[in-house]
Amino acid sequence: MISRLSDDRSRAAIAASIERRRVDTRGLLFRTLLQSCLLITLALLAVLLITVALDSTDQLGTRLWEFLQGTLRSRSEDERLGIHQGMYGSLWIAIIVAVLAFPIGIGAAVYLEEYAPRNRFTAFIEVNIRNLAGVPSVVYGLLGLALLLNGQIFGLDRLTGGSSALSGGITLAILVLPIVVITSGEAFRAVPIELREGAYGVGATRWEMIRTQVLPYAAPGILTGTLLSMARAVGEAAPLILVGAISGRLGDNPGLFDISALTDRFTALPIVITTWTVQSGRDVGFTAAAAAAIVVLLVFVLMMNSAAILLRNRFEKKRG
Amino acid sequence: MTDTSVVHQELLTVDQLQIAPSRRHREVIIRYILLVTALVSVLVSTLIVWSLVREAWTFVTGVVWADTWGQQGWFPRRGLYDIPTIVVASLIVTGIAMVVAGPLGLGAAVYLSEYANRRVRSWLKPALEILAGIPSVVLGFFALTWIAPNIVGRIGKTTFLVLGAVILIGYAAISAVIARSKIKQYREGTTDPSARIGAVASIATLVVVFALALAWILNVWLEFAPNNAGSLTAAGIGVGILTIPLVASISEDAMAAVPDSLRQASAGLGARKRTTATTVVLPAAISGIVAAFIVAVSRAIGETMVVFMAAGAADAARWTDNPFEGGLTMTAAMASLASGTDSVVGEGLTFQSLYFVGLLLFLTTLSLNIIASRFVAKVREVY
Repeated sequence: MISRLSDDRSRAAIAASIERRRVDTRGLLFRTLLQSCLLITLALLAVLLITVALDSTDQLGTRLWEFLQGTLRSRSEDERLGIHQGMYGSLWIAIIVAVLAFPIGIGAAVYLEEYAPRNRFTAFIEVNIRNLAGVPSVVYGLLGLALLLNGQIFGLDRLTGGSSALSGGITLAILVLPIVVITSGEAFRAVPIELREGAYGVGATRWEMIRTQVLPYAAPGILTGTLLSMARAVGEAAPLILVGAISGRLGDNPGLFDISALTDRFTALPIVITTWTVQSGRDVGFTAAAAAAIVVLLVFVLMMNSAAILLRNRFEKKRG
Repeated sequence: MTDTSVVHQELLTVDQLQIAPSRRHREVIIRYILLVTALVSVLVSTLIVWSLVREAWTFVTGVVWADTWGQQGWFPRRGLYDIPTIVVASLIVTGIAMVVAGPLGLGAAVYLSEYANRRVRSWLKPALEILAGIPSVVLGFFALTWIAPNIVGRIGKTTFLVLGAVILIGYAAISAVIARSKIKQYREGTTDPSARIGAVASIATLVVVFALALAWILNVWLEFAPNNAGSLTAAGIGVGILTIPLVASISEDAMAAVPDSLRQASAGLGARKRTTATTVVLPAAISGIVAAFIVAVSRAIGETMVVFMAAGAADAARWTDNPFEGGLTMTAAMASLASGTDSVVGEGLTFQSLYFVGLLLFLTTLSLNIIASRFVAKVREVY
């Protein structure tokens, strides 16, 4: 740039002012301030993970297998203390969410993105889904309580057995449904129009076009969304408290894949964590137990989350 | 290709070109199945509103209204449903959460959007996303076992006053900026009387909120008692950490939507990076940042588990406006009602009170989310 200037004097003046290069102290301060915001956040995350890991060693380091096999107990020294019932509840909640929320959510997204006419009714459904995504989770618990436990509507309580893993799973499926719809919808919108037109061009019907072009192309995006919503469902506790997850002792301890226990009274990993954390006030030993249960929960939740993040980043890069 | 007559011998008929009836039927059936799945969300909303309103109505018509205002606290099992107790606790927790998440989230967003290079971003963003994915029960545990003794427990009387002063000065600085623009509007907008009233009203609100905050901070300082068990402050900090990624990601999206040409123009005029960030990018993205804060407030009000675990009250709570005491927020009050040793369907109106609080919460968060989406739409409109 400078070489193009014809006037030698202005050239010299500009060169001098560039070479002077005073340090921009305030700019540097501002930058450091912003950096420290990020560093504090990440430090909090690190402290959280380290605290939990250190607290958990009492249980996980010495009696890992017993802890995974054990049940809810009223004293922390109890040799049979463990999270098996919690894992049973969380596993089945995850399965129910996958069975209910994923097909319905993806179906709704397909309808809204590919079929729905652009009219006020469609706009209403879309706004409705966005607003549902912002409803606090505890309110979904109230819905589950009214719908599945008290049987005020349709007498569904006879089907779910009242307060049961099935009720919890259905409640959480309803909770993550809007997330599945929104994330899948975004994945469908990213499908290039050329693929659609190509399919139409060779005579495909709309559904054939969707099945052979849109769904395969959007699959990674859909998978990302379903993984995120699964992680959300497995970590959610508030709605389960409302639908009556058990925090005290739970009599029986079904095998992980025992379907008949689905309609019995239940608990789940986040509920176990809550219970033990609250109990640590009077029995310090529960701190370690709660931390150990957190480690188990975090392993699952963070695995699903990182898989989703990796998947998304990979495809974002690939498709520019 | 050589012998075209073979093709011509079998001319296509219209029937052959038409879609087979079975294919057409399948299309129609699939279309209706998909429509039904889309309608499930409408059904869910209807059921939520219906169940909330139904039980809340029983509460509204059945409750002794004298028991819902000016009582010693929230004691549902004694029939005392003091609404201000849980609403004020919710406000305190949300306020503390925003004091934590607002600056940290916004600072992180500005850094990520304006300063960080690609490589740094590719590491930092997933880290923030991991934080966003941590379940709230984990934050509840962290708030009770680490934040309460190590951060809240160490806040002394003096530290609290300093913190309060910093927050008040920060608030005053922001409101001074707003007030200045309002005064300018007032001077220029002589033609429109409603604009003048609006300007006066917003300045008055800012002053009143400042006075209230000052009085509150001094009051808390006078009654200061250190507490390293669960408290509203510990819960508020926990909720704040939970909402940092939310504030960061929405405001970063807003800043990413600001076109690069604005930054280049600013740099071309000789502005430094800081000047560009604060005087060009931030004002251009302000609607999105406001939306981020509103969504974060809505999320903080609706957060249940952190408060339930770390706010230091179970089943019932005495009235308090002191953040260093234990309390129950609206959400935590619902959770503890449901998790009590006796079943939810207790005597009197305890069950219905659950739905009344739920309806209150639902309406609050819904209106906040609607306002936020208006702000987000504004950003989209401009760029």
